Amino acid sequence: MTNLVSVPDPSAPTRAGDPLLEVTDLSVTFPQRGGPDVNAVRGISYRVHKGEFLGIVGESGSGKSVSSLALMGLLPSSARVTGSIRFGGRSLLDLNDRQLSGIRGREISMIFQDPLSALTPVYTVGDQIAEALLLHDFALGKRAAQARAVELLKVVGIPAPERRAKAFPHEFSGGMRQRAMIAMAIANDPQLIIADEPTTALDVTIQAQILEVLEKAKDLTGAAVVLITHDLGVVAGHADRIAVMYAGKLVENGTTTEVFAEPHMPYTIGLLRSVPNMQSAGTERLVPLEGRPPSLTALPRGCPFAARCPIAIDVCRETEPGLLVHGVAVPNELALQLPGPARVDPALAGPTLADLLEVEHVAACHRSDEIASGLLTRADVFPRPAPLAVRHSEALAAAEPVLSVTGLVRHFPLTKGGVFSRQIGTVRAVDGVSFSIQAGQTLGLVGESGCGKSTTILEILEMTRPQAGRILIDGKDVAGLGRAELLRLRKDVQIVFQDPMAALDPRLPIGDIIGEPLTVHGVKPDARRGRVAELLDLVGLDPQMADRYPHEFSGGQRQRIGIARALATNPRLVVLDEPVSALDVSIQAGVINLLEDLKEKLNLSYLFVAHDLAIVRQIADTVAVMYLGRIVEYGPVAEVFARPRHPYTQALISAAPIPDPVIERSRKRVLLEGDLPSPTEQIDGCNFRSRCPLYTLLADSDQALCATVDPVLRAHGQVETACHHVERNDLAISASLAGREDELAP
Amino acid sequence: MSLLEETNTAGGTPVVTPAPGPAVPDVISGRTPLSRGRLIWRRLSGASRFWVGAIAIAAILLWAILGPLLYPYNATGRDPLNMGLGPTQLHWFGTNNIGQDLYAQTLVGLQKSIVIGLIAGPLGTLIAAVVGSVAGYMGGVVDRVLVWCINLLLVLPSFILLVILSPLFRGLSWVFLTIFIAGFSWMIMAQVVRSQTRSLRDRDFVKAARYMGVPIPTILGRHIIPNVASLLIIDATLGVVASILAETGLSYFGFGIRAPDVSLGTLLAEGTSAAVTRPWLFVFPAGVLILTLFAVSLIGDALRDAVDPTSGVNRD
Repeated sequence: MTNLVSVPDPSAPTRAGDPLLEVTDLSVTFPQRGGPDVNAVRGISYRVHKGEFLGIVGESGSGKSVSSLALMGLLPSSARVTGSIRFGGRSLLDLNDRQLSGIRGREISMIFQDPLSALTPVYTVGDQIAEALLLHDFALGKRAAQARAVELLKVVGIPAPERRAKAFPHEFSGGMRQRAMIAMAIANDPQLIIADEPTTALDVTIQAQILEVLEKAKDLTGAAVVLITHDLGVVAGHADRIAVMYAGKLVENGTTTEVFAEPHMPYTIGLLRSVPNMQSAGTERLVPLEGRPPSLTALPRGCPFAARCPIAIDVCRETEPGLLVHGVAVPNELALQLPGPARVDPALAGPTLADLLEVEHVAACHRSDEIASGLLTRADVFPRPAPLAVRHSEALAAAEPVLSVTGLVRHFPLTKGGVFSRQIGTVRAVDGVSFSIQAGQTLGLVGESGCGKSTTILEILEMTRPQAGRILIDGKDVAGLGRAELLRLRKDVQIVFQDPMAALDPRLPIGDIIGEPLTVHGVKPDARRGRVAELLDLVGLDPQMADRYPHEFSGGQRQRIGIARALATNPRLVVLDEPVSALDVSIQAGVINLLEDLKEKLNLSYLFVAHDLAIVRQIADTVAVMYLGRIVEYGPVAEVFARPRHPYTQALISAAPIPDPVIERSRKRVLLEGDLPSPTEQIDGCNFRSRCPLYTLLADSDQALCATVDPVLRAHGQVETACHHVERNDLAISASLAGREDELAP
Repeated sequence: MSLLEETNTAGGTPVVTPAPGPAVPDVISGRTPLSRGRLIWRRLSGASRFWVGAIAIAAILLWAILGPLLYPYNATGRDPLNMGLGPTQLHWFGTNNIGQDLYAQTLVGLQKSIVIGLIAGPLGTLIAAVVGSVAGYMGGVVDRVLVWCINLLLVLPSFILLVILSPLFRGLSWVFLTIFIAGFSWMIMAQVVRSQTRSLRDRDFVKAARYMGVPIPTILGRHIIPNVASLLIIDATLGVVASILAETGLSYFGFGIRAPDVSLGTLLAEGTSAAVTRPWLFVFPAGVLILTLFAVSLIGDALRDAVDPTSGVNRD
């Protein structure tokens, strides 16, 4: 613990003096046998100062992870790395592996995306943290190392650290594993922590916790943090500076406020505009950023973003722009009179480029000056699509529900023993869920992973008699239906899956994939082909592509194919199982817009399962929040998001990141403690009690009510909530706000 | 250049270039990525082993089919003037002690062995595919019964069973032998297909088909089998080798092909006793057998490496 306390450096980051990390013109190339080289990183330069928090943002395949692996010297030996990486006065690229090992883990440490594969399953978590300590500190005894490990686990907020240090990684939940990884990363008081998508695999509530821990770790050790992510919302609240990467290059670099308030590069503008915002979602349409990054093996001439850029001009397709300052201070006419090559050649700007990165907000775009000076506004670059003309859903709302679920139960027996298995418990995956969807309406089903969302929709789609409760589709009870009737009913209910790659059979051309539902209903091949062409057109794909295979399409296109298949039989209800969470942020908006269009055009109903609240707010009419197999809050989406009544809904909403640094830093937050309890546990009373921020603030008599009586859904205005103390719910918000201020005070 | 022009003509008012690009959803740019089939073919055609094996097996097949037509002697006729003679210009592989021409016999034996191998290998794979995918997909009781059958057949020593049963098909043709060999060669592959199917069953595209109401046989035929096809092709290829070996082994011990039919196994059985004194009786059939098996194995091996890049030599 001594180390942790001895380096208290919570002072604001200063950009004076020598940088801690200086990356200059770093390029990484992977030679391919019998093919063109893959140019993963193409000459990036940036600096990180002591105690600074840098966010590197980019789509998958933009080279952000490769560049950080190059820092650690962890690239495969076949990779060609050029440029220079200076860390604390040493050039990392000139060190051999042995010397690098002395730096890795002690001075630079890394947190990986998948905490399960980053921990060895055969050693206890405590041993692994102790190992990290002993590797770099030979004077430390085994006992002392173990004691430090326990302390570190306590620092990162793992309850009962003494006991937990002796546990194995598989006994930890995802969030706890990531905490253990952070503990390991800060074990040797590193000067630099690199976190590569540390929260991507986690739920929003856990993500919020992990980001807090990361911030705390940074404050404790005084280390600089490089956070690599694809989610602008994640960096908005925490990063000091943001670097945007595209096709292996830095395209924009500046302070967080600058980049968010005045982005100069059209790509950044597109990213910012495409993210659904919790504040405005549902009121206006999303701005799509179509297309996909160019292949790193065959980069086009000129700006790599030109093909997707709505304001691309001829020069963009000719020369690639370099990183330059584009401030309002430079008069437009003057800037244009500068000779062309001098403005775009990074070699000429060489010595000054690094200095520019020091303080300035730089962007790589030929038209950045126009953007910076206000000649081109954000809305000019990426105009918002016109709103939908018709909204006829109200007229039909009176009709009978397309889907109605009452008291649905699905318990799985937990057995032990091979031959003579006996039941030792029950997994209450779905424990009495009721909801209904009217024609033309969208129900958003929200909750953390493991709350029973997926089991619920699988129960509906299986169309077998549920263990308890009733499922009515078009008013027909699925339990009592014969084979032929079931087949007819299956026409009306279709599903779109989360992972667009897994959902399409790689062996079939997409025409056959989309036409598959039709084969079941005996549609003739000719009619099928016509319908497939029609569907491809409907989802915005070229009907000529019907004979191509799924792997030839990008993620967004594959999801469109999945949607086309779901629409083939003219269903009335489409179940959307996290349809955009596997896609890059820039692609999500396009798919969401398509879903909204289709809903209006075809009068569809959606059951939209998601954990991203901003997207649910954007598309849903009604929202149901699930926790441990129960619905805890159910009501119109605007009402639930504006005034969440259940403490769990409050926590979910406040955990969702907002891609705006000003709002993000001044928000009221309700942070949840711990993880979702195991659904095998039998909890008396309210099952949210163990994590409830409100529960801890209640008087004993009120707590007793929570501990003994299981709350049922009760109407509070338009919203139904399963909580005994709805009228007290503002308590938790104000308390957490006070707690935050206390933290910030010293 | 155009930057200057455009801004100047606009004269400082906000310029918005009409956006033609993003209105059209992203069209596949650049080279189309290689399809899986073409990728496998590229890896396969890059392996010299494959070409050696393919050319060798093509030559052997041609030889086995055309060879007897271009040769004056047949397999059963005797040449009383040249009994027990070594290779000569007249009898290329020599003759046996009753004057039968060994070259003609070897070719006929080769034909039979190859035919049995080509039928029994793929037949075993077919059984494996059907049983494995049904067991894996259906699960439950069906799975348990089929796995029980597989395990039973695995523990039964097939060779001894064949020996015991051989009097039963003494009078029957080689077709029954082929079926018998196939019937005892599918179990391991069925296990592999079953486990693959179990993981495929939980993939979303199979779930999607199920929720559409696609009948089970169609799901198996359209989604499951094609996705394990690469495994099956390899198994069928290597199954040819195993079946030829099984056939020659049985025939060698006198339980497989019987006179007057000839196969490489019966030729070897006759030749072994004279291997020291009249080596040609043994060396030529054995050489042809080894060559054939080697060629098919090379193809099967190259195929496996091409389909599964993580196996064998390609691992790095």
